[in-house]
Amino acid sequence: MTKLLEWVGGVLVLGAAWALVTFDLLDLSLPQTYKEVAWPMPLYLLVTFGCYSLATVGYRVATFNDCEEAAKELQEQIKEAKEDLRKKGLKI
Amino acid sequence: MASRKTSQRSQPDGDKYSVLLPTYNERENLPLIVWLLVKYFGESGYKYEIIVIDDGSPDGTLEVAEQLQQIYGEDKILLRPRAKKLGLGTAYIHGIKHATGNFIIIMDADLSHHPKFIPEFIEKQKEGNYDLVSGTRYRGNGGVYGWDLRRKIISRGANFVTQVLLRPGASDLTGSFRLYKKEVLESLVEQCVSKGYVFQMEMIVRARQLNFTIGEVPISFVDRVYGESKLGGNEIVSFLKGLLTLFATT
Ligand SMILES: Nc1nc2c(ncn2[C@@H]2O[C@H](COP(=O)(O)OP(=O)(O)O)[C@@H](O)[C@H]2O)c(=O)[nH]1
Ligand SMILES: [Mg+2]
Repeated sequence: MTKLLEWVGGVLVLGAAWALVTFDLLDLSLPQTYKEVAWPMPLYLLVTFGCYSLATVGYRVATFNDCEEAAKELQEQIKEAKEDLRKKGLKI
Repeated sequence: MASRKTSQRSQPDGDKYSVLLPTYNERENLPLIVWLLVKYFGESGYKYEIIVIDDGSPDGTLEVAEQLQQIYGEDKILLRPRAKKLGLGTAYIHGIKHATGNFIIIMDADLSHHPKFIPEFIEKQKEGNYDLVSGTRYRGNGGVYGWDLRRKIISRGANFVTQVLLRPGASDLTGSFRLYKKEVLESLVEQCVSKGYVFQMEMIVRARQLNFTIGEVPISFVDRVYGESKLGGNEIVSFLKGLLTLFATT
């Protein structure tokens, strides 16, 4: 099963559950409060997910390591390598 | 002559590591990356070979590679050039055919992937007998150097979207510093259809799909010092295309 189908399946299941409660499709005579809570649920979920995404990406950007040390080490090694290679007879 | 061997720490196992170095206009970087590879493989004592796959670089990369072969020996540096620029994906396929190791290491030749991590990759692989070990910029002590805020946001954002949509079980999909068991790489390459940038992503997504085990090692990615990137430009567009393709097909 492709990821696309997994997503479509997931959305269908959730959507069906939501419609069932919101519109009382099975005539279960659910209490009115159930319907009132369920009705705006998709929007809440979307907003929550959006906030979570922004917070996660923001945090990860802020904590993305700057490898100053690695860059410095590389510069040193480049110098060393060039010298050694010249000694070994490399002509550029 | 025979006593040279004793200076290296002997490894009990018969593992050999073939490093594939695809190059296009890397005449300044190639000697440096080879020097570093020889240094770290020498220190750790693992058996290795370096396969340079040059695609007819107009800057004379191949000529530099030939000099390096003279210096380090034909058993260590193998040249498998191709006449013209045929792309990264096929460069790997071409390289694998000529590899004699039972493990293959894929890395860029532009010094953004540092050979000092290779011994860590190898230890990681042995630790869990992983089918592939992937370097990651996004976990632990991993990171980048020379990236501005914009690039970091794009990189992290793209990575997040990919994680959500594909749940690939690896944290760095677009990086290309990896160690594979040879037969695993062969079967992956056979399955992968993407070109260029997306190729790396497809490789690891398919790996997970085929139930190969994946180990990760944090790496520092230092932007290339010499030469220029051959990708770039419409990188974001091709990334999105690739992501959606993988989303619909895997
Ligand atoms: N043989 C071969 N190597 C290539 C080709 N395109 C890029 N490369 C090499 O692949 C590596 C990664 O390329 P680079 O331009 O640094 O990509 P970036 O790091 O994503 O910007 C470098 O070692 C390049 O020299 C190609 O068409 N053929
Ligand atoms: Mg690069």
